[in-house]
Amino acid sequence: MSNVRLEHVTKRFKDYAALCDVSLTINDGEFFVLLGATGAGKTTTLRVIAGLEKQSEGHVYFDDALADSVSPADRDTAFVFQQYSLYPNMSVYDNLAFPLRAPLRRVPELEIKQRVAAAAEKLRITHLLERKTGRLSGGEMQRVSIGRAIIREPRIFLMDEPLSNLDAKLREALRVELKHLQKTQHSTTLFVTHDQIEAMTMADRIAVLDHGRILQIGTPTEIYDTPSTAVVAQLVGTPRINLFNASGAGSSFAVEGSTIQFTGVPRRLPERFTLGVRPENVILTEDGQFNGQIVLTEPLGVETIIHIRSGEQTLLSLVPGAVPFGIDTDIRFDINRERLHFFGADGVRLLN
Amino acid sequence: MANIELRQVEKKFGSLHSVKPLDLTIHDGEFVILLGPSGCGKTTTLRMISGLEAVSGGQILFDGKDVTWNHPSERNIAFVFQFFALYSHLTARENIAFPLQAEGQSREAVRKQVAEVARMLRIEHLLDKRPGGLSGGDQQRVALARALVRRPAAFLMDEPLGALDAEFRETMRAEIKRLHIDQNATTLYVTHDQIEAMAMGDRIVVMSNAEVQQAATPAEVYHTPANIFVARFIGSPGMNLVPAHYADGVVTLDGGSSFNIDDGWRESLGAGLPDDGNVIVGFRPEAARIAAEGSLRGATYASDMHGGYNMLHIEIAPNQIVHVRTSRQVNYAIGDNLRFDLHPKMVRFFHPQTELALQPEPALQKSGVP
Repeated sequence: MSNVRLEHVTKRFKDYAALCDVSLTINDGEFFVLLGATGAGKTTTLRVIAGLEKQSEGHVYFDDALADSVSPADRDTAFVFQQYSLYPNMSVYDNLAFPLRAPLRRVPELEIKQRVAAAAEKLRITHLLERKTGRLSGGEMQRVSIGRAIIREPRIFLMDEPLSNLDAKLREALRVELKHLQKTQHSTTLFVTHDQIEAMTMADRIAVLDHGRILQIGTPTEIYDTPSTAVVAQLVGTPRINLFNASGAGSSFAVEGSTIQFTGVPRRLPERFTLGVRPENVILTEDGQFNGQIVLTEPLGVETIIHIRSGEQTLLSLVPGAVPFGIDTDIRFDINRERLHFFGADGVRLLN
Repeated sequence: MANIELRQVEKKFGSLHSVKPLDLTIHDGEFVILLGPSGCGKTTTLRMISGLEAVSGGQILFDGKDVTWNHPSERNIAFVFQFFALYSHLTARENIAFPLQAEGQSREAVRKQVAEVARMLRIEHLLDKRPGGLSGGDQQRVALARALVRRPAAFLMDEPLGALDAEFRETMRAEIKRLHIDQNATTLYVTHDQIEAMAMGDRIVVMSNAEVQQAATPAEVYHTPANIFVARFIGSPGMNLVPAHYADGVVTLDGGSSFNIDDGWRESLGAGLPDDGNVIVGFRPEAARIAAEGSLRGATYASDMHGGYNMLHIEIAPNQIVHVRTSRQVNYAIGDNLRFDLHPKMVRFFHPQTELALQPEPALQKSGVP
């Protein structure tokens, strides 16, 4: 396995810039996730690393060696796609063995057998080895696709939304398996997704991409707890973070159009800014500082989303278990002051 | 608004059932969800109620009146689809007004009703735009407005949020629910998304393999699922389901961990299980608590952060992984051994062959909701 580094990579298609000045390092053995919406530049980044696309500016390094002119084959990357590209008439065994049987590799059949067996066991598909891939379920097919990538022992895995076509239950199961596999194999992995839950739960580090630019690179905890912009803050967490216009003077401020006010905030804030509050930090309590009215509850079993009206503002609270309150109930609540997020007029996180 | 009753309604293609004989009553003003994976029969059921699909047998009643063979237009229902089905050459206003104009209502009456529904859905500023100039969420709001403006006897919605991205889906989910509370319109809503079902429904009808698995409130399907299918389908992740063995008040899980059952289960486990004592134990991720002296043990398989909490995946036997929800402060590395306990009131038991839930003694019936 290897580390891969992009330095100031820009990719233009005619006059459209798919990537703008992207710099990032994927460390040896790291699970690195590119998170962003459609058109953010995630797949272009993968293709530039694989050598399928030549960047317009900047450089790509593999293990600190310049790779700009290295052919895709010599970069030795392994792709796993959203659509499993398996040979339907071949058995699972032959699909797994296929990359090793390439004329250039000349791997002896005995070794192929051992490596197929090892990969199959890791992915729990040993019982399927004789089956034709055309007769597998979606989850099984994606396991085989991943197996075909890991069997080659490439320098880096490039995974392009590999779980997106699976139903919710399978996605959950494979997410955990893939993470376990990556952590026990220490394989360098670049994983692309638009699904913030996949990014948060699987990544060692996440790069948030938006319109070809990196908004933030950090661990899931850093992205969630200290988002660099209001856009990043909204991108991670369900339900989404509450964002309010707020204004104040000195160490006090108020959320516009509501009863929510804070005093004695130990930091200097501009006159007007955006306040961010995650729903789990809005706490219903009888002696809460603020009052409001319940306009809606969404019971999800493990927790309940409560929509609270306070003045002209509606905010979401996420509480464990079920709640005994009906709609239109007057309630009191607190907001965890340790967990407030402040963003300036340009959306950028305000530092102390 | 209407009360909808299905009596032994079924749909067959040759000898194959796409909906097995089904009894269901949707009460006046109720919000009922048909939930299940693709191919379970939920959309066919909806289409039979609408009249777009003929029944193979059984009766459909609206307010006690048999409408089984009535034309869709005679049933006074409004349909909202996943795809917005708006006229692209008409403005939002003209799209919403369309069903009223088709009824021959006066210009003034149409204007008033369109204004009212637009205010309710907060789309007044969009009325002069054409669908092509609107976001997916706004297009779906216009489609909803067009359905609402007719004041039908019932709404039938077929995955109306399925085509929206996650952000709009969350917002629209709350808006549709709030709208239902304000309007109190009888609504039947089809989805494959269990979160949507839990969040929105007064009642959830869980379907699989062309039949109803359970029809109950969100809290009931979550805490006391009728069978293994429902236990697994509801929740993300679904309920942990572990093969185990029961004898003399003690449950031993595959992998060797054991725990004592709550007394209220003794009788039903004693009588309700096969002779070999095999049982499937079910518990939700939040029903387990990591504890140094816990009676169950395993090794950390993976651990992940979900923003507000962590999820630990614990291998308790080869290829048997359970999910345990913990606070963000709890962290284990892969391979770390750990112990945990189960909240006794939140454990469920299922028969390994019939896959049906066992019922505890009456004193425990109300439990499970912490």
